[in-house]
Amino acid sequence: MISHSRRTSYWQAAPLAAVFLVFFVLPLLATLTVSFWSYTGYSIEPAFIFDNYRDAFDRCIVSLPDLCTTLRTYLSTLKFCLVVWFITLVIGFTVSFYLTFHIRSTTTRLVLALLCTIPFWTSNVIRMISWIPLLGRNGLVNQTLINLGVIDHPLDWLLYTDFSVILAFVHINTVFMIVPIANSMSRIDRSLVEAARDSGATGWQILRHVIIPLSKTGIAIGSIFVITVVMGDFITIGLMGGQQIASAGKVIQTQISALQFPIAAANAIVLLAIVLMIIAMLIRFIDIRKEL
Amino acid sequence: MKKDNTTDLSRRQVLKGGAALAGAAAGSAITGFPAVIAAEPVTLRYLSTAVNQSPAIAERAAKDLGIKIEYVTVTTDDVTKRIITQPNSFDLVDTEYFALRNLIPSGNLMGMDAKRIKLVDKLVPALTKGEVAGKKIGDQGTAPHKVMYLEGQNSKKFASSPTEWITLIPTTYNADTLGIRPDLIGRPIESWAELLNPEFKGKASIMNIPSSGMMDAAMVIEASGKHKYGDKGNMTREEIDLTVATLIEAKKAGQFRAFWTDFNESVNLMAGGETVIQSMWSPAVTAVRLKGIACKFQPLKEGYRAWASGFGLPKTLKGKELDAAYEFVNWFLSGWAGAYLNRQGYYAAVLETAKEHMEPYEWAFWMEGKPAEKDIKGPDGGLLEKAGSVRDGGSYDQRMGAVACWNSIMDENAYLVRKWNEFIAA
Repeated sequence: MISHSRRTSYWQAAPLAAVFLVFFVLPLLATLTVSFWSYTGYSIEPAFIFDNYRDAFDRCIVSLPDLCTTLRTYLSTLKFCLVVWFITLVIGFTVSFYLTFHIRSTTTRLVLALLCTIPFWTSNVIRMISWIPLLGRNGLVNQTLINLGVIDHPLDWLLYTDFSVILAFVHINTVFMIVPIANSMSRIDRSLVEAARDSGATGWQILRHVIIPLSKTGIAIGSIFVITVVMGDFITIGLMGGQQIASAGKVIQTQISALQFPIAAANAIVLLAIVLMIIAMLIRFIDIRKEL
Repeated sequence: MKKDNTTDLSRRQVLKGGAALAGAAAGSAITGFPAVIAAEPVTLRYLSTAVNQSPAIAERAAKDLGIKIEYVTVTTDDVTKRIITQPNSFDLVDTEYFALRNLIPSGNLMGMDAKRIKLVDKLVPALTKGEVAGKKIGDQGTAPHKVMYLEGQNSKKFASSPTEWITLIPTTYNADTLGIRPDLIGRPIESWAELLNPEFKGKASIMNIPSSGMMDAAMVIEASGKHKYGDKGNMTREEIDLTVATLIEAKKAGQFRAFWTDFNESVNLMAGGETVIQSMWSPAVTAVRLKGIACKFQPLKEGYRAWASGFGLPKTLKGKELDAAYEFVNWFLSGWAGAYLNRQGYYAAVLETAKEHMEPYEWAFWMEGKPAEKDIKGPDGGLLEKAGSVRDGGSYDQRMGAVACWNSIMDENAYLVRKWNEFIAA
């Protein structure tokens, strides 16, 4: 009987497994294989060489302490990751907290939660591009500030800088934090909060010792969303950074455009490895499966 | 080439063609499959960038030839990628000559039979010989005449002198330079060196397309007297290092506002006043001007970086599609399409037939660099230039005659891409 039900569960998992196999595992294996191939401007040749990985980390050791292109690119991307993660976490947590613990009517909560998703009604790229006329040298923000007499000259740092990139990232990704965190919070048993309060805990203590630990799953899931999106992004960094800021994705795209598939594949594998390491680290801190 | 072997005219084409065509067609038998075409219109999948496509051309071809053109629109890089990776996904491709150094060795394109191209002798010498008005023009980079002919139909080697196997039949070409905002600069700009002039700190841009961006940078560096390149279109590793080092230095000093990769980005940067000087394409300058903003495609004393594109055929094309493709190419050269391109500010591959399809005042403005007698309208009828204005850079001979180098793919392309990524990351 047990063996029968086990077989049933395998069958039930099979469709998803098949989809994963065809659309995820096989392409990934192909990418891994091609990353060891050699190439010319017009062809790729099966081989087993490490040249592509060596090129990806070209002069990374010898030029230390100066950073090579790859390290510099990943460092810049990691910096965005960290800053965006922190800001989206603070905003996402606050919004979720407000939605869950301060709004008492379920209807209001639902309406407000839906409001958070409104930006998703249009495409990512459009949401980003809309910032450009706002932040440009002759954009709305600069014009308003000049008209108000706050500044004499337009502020150039508003657009095509780290600032505009982070702004767009936060704008796009905060909702990825809100949804899982709000979901975790809504499952916190209110009597726990009441018990803490009855035992004389301050609001801050309740937050630190009750709510944050019980929201950890949501925080971890939200973090994984935000970190993977930012690590692999090249459109936001390209558009909002005026293409002056490197990203791992853009490096890969440039190489694909030049038909250098093997080195692009090698870079994709490196990117994947780095993202996996970050996620492995996160999961070490929070066992998502146990907490779910 | 033997003219009397030209046997692939359709009846319609003979009827429609201009005097030149009628002359060439007089002695030829009508073969091909006009009856089949009439019964069941042939569809040609036409792969190219948006620049070379226009519904008006497709419509006109359908009317004149009964051939249905189905545009497949992708970016420049993707045209190359499609030819190499999916050579069966199109019947006719319009691609740039510089890509041929990668395309021909892939073996996916066939040499086009010069005998089947009626106006082959009328193709402009700027492309076939690298000459304008009898004088040699700049030859650096992948100048079209270096890659125009193959040793045999399926050869992977370029012939050094004309043969009957042509890689690409030219469609359109132009000479590119820097675009500027004269209203915001307020003084004459005469040299490529101005792109890195600290006066324009935070207001300059260069295109984020490694091959062309590097050549623009090379024009700048050579203009500033820092280095004289052996061939700006085929740099040595040392030259690439030097060029990228110069770019990185400028970038770190805050010279660039942003980089651009597509047409619209370049238009927005210029129109929004984010940049006042940048690498640009001719129709982008027109697009800025159409917004009522002053913008100039500034001729510079060091000359232009030119490009050219042309029709190629996939090796697998045969039967009535092959005949239809030749028929369409011949039609394209016969004047109507050429006039259409000339009115967009590009140049047609056969100037004589294009001239027949243009008004004398249009020809005088676009090709002879004379002040416009009347308002100049684009192919869609929209106003491009008011009466009295003069084309930036002047006449065909002045502009094409001042070409310094051609878009190219360098021998050290892989190294160049790596260094370019270093520049972007700096």
